[in-house]
Formats: sequence, C-alpha cells, structure tokens
Amino acid sequence: MSDTRLRPWYFTVAGLALLLLIPLNKDSFYDQFNLYFPLTTQTFWLQLGLYAMAMVVAALGLNLLLGQAGQLSLGHSFFVMVGAFTYVVLAGAEKNTSTIHWVGLSWPPLLAAICAVLMAGVCGLLFAPVAARLRGIYLGIASLGLVFVGRHLLLNVWPEFSGGSNGRDVPRFELFGLKFVTAPDPSERLYLGNVALGREELLWYVFLLVVIGAFVYYRNLVKGRPGRALRAVRDRELMAGIIGVPVARYKGYAFLISSMYAGLGGVLYALAAPSRVSVDEFGFILSVELLAMVVIGGLGSARGAVFGAVFVWCLKPVLNQYAEAGSIPFLAKPGGSGLEPGVAATFIYGAALVVLLLIEPGGAAAVGRRLVRTVRRAPAGPAPNNTPNQ
Amino acid sequence: MTEFLQLLVAGVSLGAVYALLALGFVVVFKATGVVNFAHPALLVTGAYATARLTSTYQWNFWLALPVGIGGAILLALGIQRFLVYPMAAQAVTAITIMTLGADLVVRTEVTREMGAVDLLAVIDPWGNHVIRLGGVVLPVTRLVALVAGIVLITAFFVWFKLSTWGIAMRAVAEDPETAALMGIRRSRVAALAWMLAGGLAAVAGLFLIVFPTPGFSSTTYVAAIVAFPAAILGGLDSTGGAIVGGLVVGLSVTLAQGYAHQLNFLGDNFYEVMPYVVMVLVLLVRPAGLFGTRELHRV
Repeated sequence: MSDTRLRPWYFTVAGLALLLLIPLNKDSFYDQFNLYFPLTTQTFWLQLGLYAMAMVVAALGLNLLLGQAGQLSLGHSFFVMVGAFTYVVLAGAEKNTSTIHWVGLSWPPLLAAICAVLMAGVCGLLFAPVAARLRGIYLGIASLGLVFVGRHLLLNVWPEFSGGSNGRDVPRFELFGLKFVTAPDPSERLYLGNVALGREELLWYVFLLVVIGAFVYYRNLVKGRPGRALRAVRDRELMAGIIGVPVARYKGYAFLISSMYAGLGGVLYALAAPSRVSVDEFGFILSVELLAMVVIGGLGSARGAVFGAVFVWCLKPVLNQYAEAGSIPFLAKPGGSGLEPGVAATFIYGAALVVLLLIEPGGAAAVGRRLVRTVRRAPAGPAPNNTPNQ
Repeated sequence: MTEFLQLLVAGVSLGAVYALLALGFVVVFKATGVVNFAHPALLVTGAYATARLTSTYQWNFWLALPVGIGGAILLALGIQRFLVYPMAAQAVTAITIMTLGADLVVRTEVTREMGAVDLLAVIDPWGNHVIRLGGVVLPVTRLVALVAGIVLITAFFVWFKLSTWGIAMRAVAEDPETAALMGIRRSRVAALAWMLAGGLAAVAGLFLIVFPTPGFSSTTYVAAIVAFPAAILGGLDSTGGAIVGGLVVGLSVTLAQGYAHQLNFLGDNFYEVMPYVVMVLVLLVRPAGLFGTRELHRV
C-alpha cells in the first residue's frame, strides 16, 4: 500500500530535475513543441522564469507577513524597489553625460546584492516602529504611503540613483570572476554538456539556488518557535501577549524579515531585467499583484506562494505570446480587436482573488491538498501534518 | 496674502471632496467592519458613466449625473450582496483583500470600456468659468464642490443623528450583536452603508474630473486612493474624523502645490505624496488616527 502512495517528495525531486534541465534543452527541444509554444524562443521562457523566480522570493516575504503574522501590507513593492535600486546603485558604474547623471559605486555585484538586501531590511526596521504599533488595517494603508513616498523620492528627489523616469542600466552580475553576459568570450565560456551557458542560463541556476534557499529558510522559520509566536499574534494578539509573546517585537521582526525577502526579490528582479529597471515598475500595481500571489497561492503556505507568484506573474506574458500567434479565441492580436491579453490577465487574477476567497480561502494550496487527498483516497480524517502552518 | 486666501479656499473645496470620499469609506467600516478597497472602483464607475453620457452621447448633465450616481450605488450594492455578504464569517483581512480584487476587475473593465480614448471631458453647466471675490480667483466648479460637500455632509449628519436608519446604523456600529437582538436587520444596514458610500463616491468623482482637471482618464483612480489616507488620519471609525481628514488632506495638497517653489528641495510634484506624508506623521503620534477609538487592552 505504502509503495503505491504518491509522496510529495517524488514531485519535488522530479520538479527540481526538470528545472535544472530547462536551460540545457536548447532550441531543438522547443522545436518539437512549436505547435504548443508558438513564436517563442528559449530565451523568452528563460527570461520569464527569471522574473517569476524573483517574484517567488518577494511573495514568500509577503506571505510571512500576511499569512503567518497576519499583518496586511500594501507597501511591499517599495521594498522590492529598494532592493533593486540599491543593487543597481552599488554595483553600477558612474555615468555622466549631457542627459544622464547616474551615481554608481562599482562594487563587486555579490557584495552589492547582499548590501541591497540589508538596505531593504534597514528600511523595514525604520518602518517597524510604525508597523508594530498599528493594527492590521491601519498598517495596510500606512504602508501604502511607502509606495507613493518612495516612488516620489527616487523619481523626483534622487533621480541620480534611479535614472529618473527612463530608468537606468542594470550592471551585469559577476560571481568569482565569472561574467554573466549573453555572449561571453570563448575563453571564459562555461559549458555544461555541449551547451554554452550565457547570461540567462547562468542566472537561472543562481536564481534557482536562491529560491530554494529562501523557501527552506521560510519553512524552517515557520515550523520553529518564531513561526508559532507569529501565528499566535495573528490569531489572537491579546492572548499571545498573555502567554508571553512580545507582540510588538514579533510584529516588527516579521516586518523586518519580510522586507528583506522583498529586497532580495528586488535584487533578483533587477538582475533578471534584460537591460533597464525603472521606478514605474514598482508601483501600487505590483503591491496588489504581490498580494494576489500570496492569496491565490494560499495564505501562509510556502508552496502556495511559489505557485501564486508563477501564476500571477506569467499569466500576462504567456497570454501575450499566444495571442500574438492568434491561438486563443477572444484575445486580440496586436492591433486587432478583442480582449487585450494584459486586460484578460488582470481579469483572470482579479477574479481568481475574489472567487478563491469566496469559496476556498486556503487558496491553491488548499485545493492542492484536497486533490492529493482525493488521489490517495485517504479517508476524510485530520488533514496532513502541514496544516498547522496555515 | 491673496494667494494664501485663494489657496485656502481651493484647499477647503478640494478637502470637501475628499471628505465625501472618506466619509463613505468610514461609514462602510463602521457599519460592517470591512475596509473597502473597492472604493476607487465606485468612484471611477460613477465618474466614468457621467463623463461618457455627457460627452459621447450628449446627454443633459442633470440627467447623466443621477445615472452615474445610480450606477455607483448599484455597483456598491452588488459588491456588498454578492461578494462581501457571503464572506461575513471570514476574517476582516480576507474580505479586505477580496475588495482589492473586485476593485481591480472593475477598474480594468472601465479602462477597457474607455477604449482608445485617453480623456473624457465631462460637459457640465459650470464649464471653465471663474469667480472673482476681492482678489481671489476661483473656478465655479470648486465653489459648487464646496457647497455640495457642505450640503451633503450636513444632510448626512442630520440623517445619521435623527433618522431611524441613522440610529440603526449607529447602533450596529456600537454593538452589532445587541443591535441584531433589538431587531435591527444588520444586512440591510450594511447594504445601506455600501449604497451611501457608492453615492458619495460618485459625487466626489464628478468633482474630481470637472474643471480645472481636464476630464476622466485612466489615472482618475489615483485621486480616489487619496481617500484612504484621509480616512485613516481622521480615524477609521469616526465620521467626524473623516471630514477632518479630508480637509487636512485637501488643504495640505493645495498648499504644497501652491507653495511648490518654497518646497523645491523636496522634489518636483511633492504635493502628490503630501497625503501620505501627513498620514504617516499623524499615525506616528496617534496610531488610531486623530479621532479614532483607541483599542484598550493591557497585558
């Protein structure tokens, strides 16, 4: 009996193997599927995957705050922005022309990335006194202020950091002398099998490592003492205080870790960008998208956050690709009539947000658990042991 | 001095508009405990309908306005009945996020309806006329907004204090369970609160798209978001606070815009983020807003 069971880790191992192999299947692999992947190249999917992985990290951070500590934040795109631009400023080169004034410190990229995450944490700490004192809804709206004020500061007060409304170039990543460029020198080129690893392939593996690290850290944090304390604060703040949880400190702590996650997501986001990042990419809309990722995936669930981030982020580009090929009815081709793919994507995830909350508040994670249970034909008994994390 | 007076009047007038928005937001929160992030959607729907009917279909303004307001009220009622009401048993945070989703869908739909048009100028009886009082020059629309704001707010408070429904609503806000035991139908009170919010948002929306604003555009909702800091800094559960919050936000925005030269060191267009700056400053001192009830619990 137990041999025939589907165990979650089979899927995990299979999924990871697939993710590791994706960059290695050069275009010949995609050629076979041209029927299903029209007009796309491998670079499109790799690029999309890079962005999605950046979002996974940011969504994990928000999930810690919202799903575990029960604190609503509409300001997480601010921390993503802080991470992205701190990295760009620290690692980028100074540039002064008649129209462009960019400040840059030209630090080693790895150091810049670490400092960017710390910087997001510092911003989180600065906001933590506000966060710890406010009740859920007040915090949600106060953090909305972060998005608008942060955007204003970077755009109008310090355009030399952000490059103004045009954005600025992202310095290429470099790790122990290995340059992450699209077409490296033949002498410095790295091969895996017979595939030369360019920027996207190398970044893919680095991102994958970071995402796994972030995922494992989240799970450990949630399973341990801090996670229990956070959930106690979420479920009944007064009671948590009575049994000895320092409520304000834990709220601030959740905000700090969460903002560092978002900052890391921002660094990844900047690295994923093919050329530039600009302030306008980190607005109110991104905050709402992050919330949608967390809620659609399932509040509190790490796997849910991964699913939600990939789903919400990839929906629009994927619909775009297919609409261009005209392979989806109702959707408009560029310049044609019909529903625009971007609009359709917003409808889908907006509606998913509403419908899931109405009928399955546990989100995709709860749906997934239900499916697994049905497949296993387990008697409807107590839920599997990962539910206490919810 | 004239400049200051002019800014003061303009600020109070803008503040009255924000007060209407914040008031609807607060009423929903008081009566149902839901933080309504679909508020921008209500505003956008009402304003869009009015602008579209007067500009494209050449409707009389006084015919189009009730249709716009009615549309917003219907939308509010729909959201309350079909989305919020079935979720009543769930955590407030979940309902709040759900309204964000509803807001997103409605706003996207309105933007889609606009199609290729970037700007819909509403055709109203006041046009771009200005009025001169002493040295103060003021667009007529601003004056109308001020008067409409005062009238509506006064009417609301009289109704809230004296009418049966107003008393019922206050009772529900005070103690929902006892109110229900006294025979007050909470679902009706909730529906009424949402409808009020829709109507007020539509009126506020109208004044946000008339002169001196060029018209309705896909960014009109940004103005509606300002209702959140206004409501929060006054205190989410205080109707009087909503008025004060709206006025504070309106005044600070107008003054920051008027004295932009002196505030240059804070960057261009600083006035746009003024509501949020004021909000965070107030919340630092008073975490429940200026007039909000502080939750007392000791450990």
